[in-house]
Amino acid sequence: MDFSSFLLMRHEIILLVITLLLLVAEIFIPQQKKGSIVHLAIFLFGIHTVLGFLGNVEGALFGGMFRNTPMIHFFKNVLNVGVLILLLQSADWLQEKMVKQHKGTEFFILLFSSLLGMYFMISAGDFLMFYLGLELSTLPVAALAAYETSKRISSEAGIKLILSAALASGVSLFGISMLYATSGSIYFNDIAEMITANNLTILGMILFFTGLSFKISLVPFHFWTADVYEGAPISVTSFLSVISKGAAVFILMILLFTVFKPLMHVWENMVYVIALMTMFIGNLFASRQKNMKRFLAYSSVAQAGFILLGIINGEHLGFATVIYFVLVYIFSNLAAFGVVQAISLKTGKENMDDYEGLYRTNPKLSLVMMLALFSLAGIPPVAGFFGKFFLFTAAASKGYYLLVFLAVVNVTISLYYYLLVIRAMFLRKNENAIPFFTNKLYMRLGLVLTVLGIITLGLYSPLYDYIFELSKNLM
Amino acid sequence: MDITYIYLIPIIPLAVFLLLGINSKKIKPAVSGYIGVLGLFTSFLLSIYTAYQYFFVIGKIDGEYQQFIDKTTWLNFTDTLHIDMGILVDSISIMMLVVVTTISLMVHIYSRGYMKGDDGYTRCFAYLSLFTFSMLGLVLATNLFQIYIFWELVGVSSYLLIGYYYTKPSAVSAAKKAFIVTRFADLGFLIGILIMGYYTGTFDFETLNAVNPETGMLVLNWASTSFMGLSVIAWGLILIFMGGAGKSAMMPFHIWLPDAMEGPTPVSALIHAATMVVAGVYLVARLFPMFYFVEDGFALNIVAWVGGISSLFAAIIAITQTDIKRVLAFSTMSQIGYMMMALGVSGYDGHEGVGYMASMFHLFTHAMFKALLFLGAGSVIHAVHSNYLKDMGGLRKYMPITNITFLIAALAIAGVPPFAGFWSKDEILVAAFENNQILYYIGVFVAGLTAFYMFRIYFGIFWGKDKKYEHTPHESPMSMAFPLLFLAGMSIVAGLIPFSEYVSADNKGFEAHLNYPLAAIATTVGIIGIALAWVFYKKENSLSDKYAKSFGVLYKWAYHKFYFDELYLFVTKKIIFNRISAPIAWFDKKVVDGTMEGIGNKTVVVSDKIKGMQSGKLQDYAFAFIVGVVVLAGVFIYLWK
Repeated sequence: MDFSSFLLMRHEIILLVITLLLLVAEIFIPQQKKGSIVHLAIFLFGIHTVLGFLGNVEGALFGGMFRNTPMIHFFKNVLNVGVLILLLQSADWLQEKMVKQHKGTEFFILLFSSLLGMYFMISAGDFLMFYLGLELSTLPVAALAAYETSKRISSEAGIKLILSAALASGVSLFGISMLYATSGSIYFNDIAEMITANNLTILGMILFFTGLSFKISLVPFHFWTADVYEGAPISVTSFLSVISKGAAVFILMILLFTVFKPLMHVWENMVYVIALMTMFIGNLFASRQKNMKRFLAYSSVAQAGFILLGIINGEHLGFATVIYFVLVYIFSNLAAFGVVQAISLKTGKENMDDYEGLYRTNPKLSLVMMLALFSLAGIPPVAGFFGKFFLFTAAASKGYYLLVFLAVVNVTISLYYYLLVIRAMFLRKNENAIPFFTNKLYMRLGLVLTVLGIITLGLYSPLYDYIFELSKNLM
Repeated sequence: MDITYIYLIPIIPLAVFLLLGINSKKIKPAVSGYIGVLGLFTSFLLSIYTAYQYFFVIGKIDGEYQQFIDKTTWLNFTDTLHIDMGILVDSISIMMLVVVTTISLMVHIYSRGYMKGDDGYTRCFAYLSLFTFSMLGLVLATNLFQIYIFWELVGVSSYLLIGYYYTKPSAVSAAKKAFIVTRFADLGFLIGILIMGYYTGTFDFETLNAVNPETGMLVLNWASTSFMGLSVIAWGLILIFMGGAGKSAMMPFHIWLPDAMEGPTPVSALIHAATMVVAGVYLVARLFPMFYFVEDGFALNIVAWVGGISSLFAAIIAITQTDIKRVLAFSTMSQIGYMMMALGVSGYDGHEGVGYMASMFHLFTHAMFKALLFLGAGSVIHAVHSNYLKDMGGLRKYMPITNITFLIAALAIAGVPPFAGFWSKDEILVAAFENNQILYYIGVFVAGLTAFYMFRIYFGIFWGKDKKYEHTPHESPMSMAFPLLFLAGMSIVAGLIPFSEYVSADNKGFEAHLNYPLAAIATTVGIIGIALAWVFYKKENSLSDKYAKSFGVLYKWAYHKFYFDELYLFVTKKIIFNRISAPIAWFDKKVVDGTMEGIGNKTVVVSDKIKGMQSGKLQDYAFAFIVGVVVLAGVFIYLWK
């Protein structure tokens, strides 16, 4: 028997093994040592992340239902790095939960299952696999959002997420069935060949598109975001707004650029309209948030609008710029969430006012936050600037000057509220500023990795070249 | 020419910034001052050496100053378009190197005295170094993309420095205003860069500006797509100029500059008088061949008019202001308008390029005397603890050095021979006279106004009656007096440099002659301005008030800066905030927060989960979702396929 084909699925297999190992570990590790499961999980996942970078294979399995290309492989690694940083940042919080509140390993099991779902979703070669992956990636997160069972707001977040998600995936499935009806196949390759611009197909595409729009939280499918983000624990919010969004953008883009390419004249207008709505509404809401989590949530809605500027390009340049931007976005947002997490863990404070005078007491944390926010706001020479600039170039190269202009207006608006936080930290004096504290090793590592990521992405250009090369062959 | 050592010039301030910025708590204030000054001194020496090497030893080959470029490809954006990083050395970049390092060095030395005892002493030097690094990087950039990066970095460090006194709310809001306004202008810059990159396939100044010596046209050929009757390249240039106008405080983006005076005075001298605000002029000069040749200089004409009008407008406002730093701020705006105007009326070959040369010349001399004016004003403010003219008077007895140096600077800006401003202003007026008579008359009128408002504050500060001072004003310490003396020396001799031989649009150099009739007119107008100021302000009298009244409405308008701030406030507050943001805020507050709070008030734990569903909120969300789907489907299937 030839085992080499398993190599194609090695991300999935290893992650599954890790998940099972952790389940077993829970049985054998006594209650008072439960905290060590966190070390174990981080250790195992770290190895998994490193292994992911060793070589990559191309091919398809199960008659084309599952496929792996260098681009997909690369993106799985990106997701891994993101999740690893997230784990490092939540380690202290989890340890506390496990030791004091006798929580089990479910956090890891659920998180890894969701990640596994994302792997399958982005590796999908047909709509069935895609749908399974989509569901597997969403359902565990709903449970995670309700992780703080003692807090009402957390349970509410969980129930809201799962109901909204059910609606979205129902609509999406309806769309898929229409596509099946018109083309007679659920395989991406087959549909790509058969697709024509008739009304039923377009309706199918739109319904399908809205399902993913929900995950990316594009306007008007974003309403769940603020409530869920605020209610869920910070790690989960961070996961939802960074990792989950990234994966959904990836698969949406692959499908639009390959399967729905013949319908581009339809979806480019749709993307245009949604991009504008998303940027403006996201920004206008974000500008008046006082709670840091809600603030980051709405600002991430606006960021999703910018991503659409790369998608509207419709060619591999657009693909490369979006992937690069997502990469930058992951690091920048994780850095911001990491700081919020660290402060919330030590002091329980989550409001913007509480950050006043932070530079005086905790200069390093505020510098990390500043870097992250500058990157999100797109100020050179931080990575976020290049990310946005490339997206704008991608849109401009198709002649969408008005859209680019309005996007730049939005960058300016977003600058206003990002500066509010920076002003609070640097240019405000506060007698009751958050006192100086030091972070534990994991948190520090988690923050350092994000900073390195932001700086490296901004200055080390071969990374972009690599992505650009990869994006030349999508299918 | 081996130019790699030039990298050191910006890198040294960067190293100083990192050193001081990271260890701000560990390094003693006194030591940090020395580190800052020493670092800048090294950069200064290197710049002088570079200038010597370039202008006198190796720069000129076959009667033409060459461009030396050292760069590496930083990123291949697409298969054809790539972005480079490196340094570009030619006559204007070297001139800017000298200006930036000289003024920055003086400001560093001066700050050691001025900021003494301030608890953010080290922070101030760290920010100053950061600014200097960014500005030098901007000057040396080889392409549009690189210049844009440093352009924004300069904006960030300016933001930090304006907001330096962060305990003052006005300083913080001024910092924000400056950042947002210039950032808004940069919006045009960015889109301009995108257009250039897309339609010409390159960001490089060298390629963009290359001129064919035979046909006298740009070498680069691009598809001449046009938009509203104008080629896209011309649109690109106009948009790029929009960025330049923002940074250089040209109308209508000037509103941030007067407020930026909230920063420490040495900072104003460095950033808002001599270096950053002329970045816009530098940008236009950098792309001058493009501005000149594309669409027969359509974009260049805009530059000329924006410059001329800003210059007149600012000079009128300057007459009425009572805060001396604000007078200087408007004066800066007016003088930069002069430089823009000079570029705008310039030709390209030989003596026709006199405007270009004059603009650069004026940039150079203006940097010297305007920095001196600011540092002098700082010295005065340091002594009387007020920015307002009404709190000053008769200071010449107490502060002899400041008095003399301030007088020299005022004479220089008023264009009295043989001081520096006379020579460069004369060239500007020559250029305007030859190309655009209307702008010439505006220029002459502005020259008179300049002399008047400058001597109005000079007499107001140093002559007239003593005011009641809390403690007797005294001359500033040597660390502050030395930069004054140095810059005063420069303000006297800088005009004697035969600038046209070194800096010219076609890089070949030409011999400029003083145009005696024009020079005589300008000087006479200047002297009339000074004389009027003498009559009105030398001794305190009611004459000035009487005349102010007779101008009535005009005076009031000028005093309120022609209500520009109010106009902006009206647009942003009344229209954007009330009409757009407020309804959305209402929705968020009433519907989103309201339901949230509604849920919060009901404390029955059991019903919580059900309430999550029954609150109506989720249904709202679902409803919005479905409506979104239906509308999208309807629109894209039936209307817009």
